[in-house]
Amino acid sequence: MPNFLRRWKWPALRLTVTVVVILGVFGLFLLLMGKDPIKAYRDTFAANVLNPRGLSELVVRMAPLLLTALAVAIPFRVGLINVGAEGQFMLGALLGSWAALNVQGLPQPLHLLLLILAGMVGGALWGAIPGLLRALGWINETITTLLLNYLAPLIVGYFVFGPWRAPELAMYPQTPEFPSTARFPSIAGTRLHLGFFLGLFFLAIYAYLISRSRWGLEMRAVGGNPEAARRLGIPVERWILIAMMVGGALAGLAGIAEVAAIHGRLKMAISPGYGFMGFLINWLAFANPIGILIMSFLVAFIASSGFTLQITQRLPYAAVNVLMALILFTVLAKPLAKGAQR
Amino acid sequence: MSSVDKAVVRLEGITKRFPGVLANDHVDFDLYPGEIHALLGENGAGKSTLVKILYGFYRADSGKIYVHGKQVQIRSPQEARRLGIGMVFQGFTLIPALTVAENVALFMAELPAFIRPRNLYRALKEACHRYDLDLDLRAPVWQLSVGQQQRVELLKLLLARARILIFDEPTKVLVPHEVEGLFRIFNELRDDGYSLIFITHKLREALTCADRITVMRQGRVVGTVTPEEASEEILVNMMFGEKLAEVTRPAEKAVIGEPILELQQICTRSIGTAPALVDINLKVHGGEIVGVAGVSGNGQRELGDVILGLLKITKGKKVFLGEDVTRWSPRQLVSAGIAFIPEEPLSMAVIPWFSTLENFALQDLQRFSLWAGLALDWARIKALFQQGFAKLGLSPLPLQARAATLSGGNLQRLVLARELSRPYHLIVGLYPTRGLDVRSANAVRQALLAAKAEGKGVLLISEDLNELFSLSDRILVMLHGRIVGEFRPEETDLSEIGKVMTGVGVVHA
Repeated sequence: MPNFLRRWKWPALRLTVTVVVILGVFGLFLLLMGKDPIKAYRDTFAANVLNPRGLSELVVRMAPLLLTALAVAIPFRVGLINVGAEGQFMLGALLGSWAALNVQGLPQPLHLLLLILAGMVGGALWGAIPGLLRALGWINETITTLLLNYLAPLIVGYFVFGPWRAPELAMYPQTPEFPSTARFPSIAGTRLHLGFFLGLFFLAIYAYLISRSRWGLEMRAVGGNPEAARRLGIPVERWILIAMMVGGALAGLAGIAEVAAIHGRLKMAISPGYGFMGFLINWLAFANPIGILIMSFLVAFIASSGFTLQITQRLPYAAVNVLMALILFTVLAKPLAKGAQR
Repeated sequence: MSSVDKAVVRLEGITKRFPGVLANDHVDFDLYPGEIHALLGENGAGKSTLVKILYGFYRADSGKIYVHGKQVQIRSPQEARRLGIGMVFQGFTLIPALTVAENVALFMAELPAFIRPRNLYRALKEACHRYDLDLDLRAPVWQLSVGQQQRVELLKLLLARARILIFDEPTKVLVPHEVEGLFRIFNELRDDGYSLIFITHKLREALTCADRITVMRQGRVVGTVTPEEASEEILVNMMFGEKLAEVTRPAEKAVIGEPILELQQICTRSIGTAPALVDINLKVHGGEIVGVAGVSGNGQRELGDVILGLLKITKGKKVFLGEDVTRWSPRQLVSAGIAFIPEEPLSMAVIPWFSTLENFALQDLQRFSLWAGLALDWARIKALFQQGFAKLGLSPLPLQARAATLSGGNLQRLVLARELSRPYHLIVGLYPTRGLDVRSANAVRQALLAAKAEGKGVLLISEDLNELFSLSDRILVMLHGRIVGEFRPEETDLSEIGKVMTGVGVVHA
């Protein structure tokens, strides 16, 4: 067997089995609800993948997912569990919005660059808190990232209800519209925007660096055996902090991209849980770059399918939550299956 | 037919292949009631694999298993336990927060929903008394010493009514007097009709304790002998198929060079149960092997960590090649030329899922970086990999094998090749031969002597006094985080050092 195939045999098989199990069990659920699963799947597939407009919307949804999945994947490589992509997403949106609203007179490319950087700084800072606490050996990052998720919307809320609230729309807690120089460009006729391409760009960079570069090898060494890494002179604590900050920065980028491309203003409801979906994607993909691409597509498809099911099958949107929960179960079952393999 | 009936366990033609390794090659093995049967062999000889097949942890590719004369399929440890087979692993499987009694109860075959403490304690006490196990049943397991934990594991098996007991290298974690105690327990168990298999690579243990000794080499059984027929020499020949030369320091006086490492009045803070180092003064010169003896847990590991920069120095000064390196990071020290060879390379020196080549590359990634770290020079790493093994007179390991699949001896060879193929001035060996078979241990010792001959400095921390005596130019003794004695091996003997180690001897300045 060629080397290439051998390397991808197990991940590919794992992905396929996961997808089949999920579709099968959700099909049973649809049957229980008195629907025809085959028809439901065909409809959602036709509406979201075969239909060009549906497909473009699906890809629009992939943009934040690629980035939040990376935000989980990078810390995962050094052995950290970042549950906080959601909070990092919000803080990125917040700082990015500040740059969008308070800087004027810049040409669009510069203004965009500025707000992207501001968004990344916001996410990186939010990731640095748990990273630092963990590097100092004080607090487990899973707990802190999770708790910071509850804090982030409150901070955003303070600004959109308070100082940044748009005076002309006093009824809605939201900021004024971004100036046109702070709007992400998109492909004509669709909502497919710069954020998606940034997501692909960073995914490619991640794929290269993690497998080929010295930094990737050091990070994987830290994740594989921190004790040995420390004795080999690899700065374990530094990598923990860096991984959390880079992860946070990418989630922050997802946040500002979503605001600057889709909503055009900062408000409370900017994420239907993109951070958590990113977590799901990473655990399905096990930080494998190709896996992240495929699973982002799959999760985007599921999220979009919710609306289709609502319309064509008269199912509540909550049905999709059942599906997401099913995925979570499959994901959680995986370490066991992996253990059995050894 | 009658012989088949008599054996409690009979394995016939067991074959087990792992990727790249034939771990068991048509192995035949039998065990009789009331027998202590030692499985002897070097690391990677296939002993562990064989007993794990019997315990249902692995499944054999081919071969037959008979228990009490009946052919059986053992698909899982549960099935093995149902057949009355129990195993004490090298790493224990106890729950630290629970008490001894609770740990034992958890393992019992028919655990009722509500436990009658009185019955349980009575049964436990009986077993403890009978085999002289000396355990506080109400103590949480985390408070117990390793030797006591091992006895809890045994207690678990006894209460679960196992009659065939397997011990995987039980003496590896024990100090000498605990080993004697364990062998006494073995004897009593045998007298009560239990059948025991115990794995070891120490000849003397097999000769003192076993009724029969089966020697394995490279996945095959070389032969089965009784201690009366055997001698150390015969067993060595069976294990290795050739005569092994003892490694000792050359007789001529060593040429001692400039000091390479100097510790002056070093103190550290104690972390957890580890002892603090107090006023450590130590010098390692070029062309010198300085041995550090001591009962494990008296600050030897901390001494190694201080030299590597992993433990904060609260007082004192560390000088390496004439430079004050007290506050240097581990990375700086490694790059400056400190090689580190620990015990248990799998947990302390390599990344288990990395290939051997990737693990090799970790020696000093800055050296192999291209474009500031954007890529790595794998061609150069491969060349150095081959050179590193050649320099030590070892045959190179396969490049793509995962570290986790290598035997302990081969892992240590990988670590040696890695650490000694970069520019270095000092080797810190932290129990570098612990748990290794004779041949692998000799490879390590040879490498240390070669380094010394090249004028490098070696600090050898070891529990094996014979090893220290045969290799060291000076021997320091540690006790409670202090250096309490310094000796020249030709001017002292084992018992003097042994006394100082345990705090009864005369302390030299």
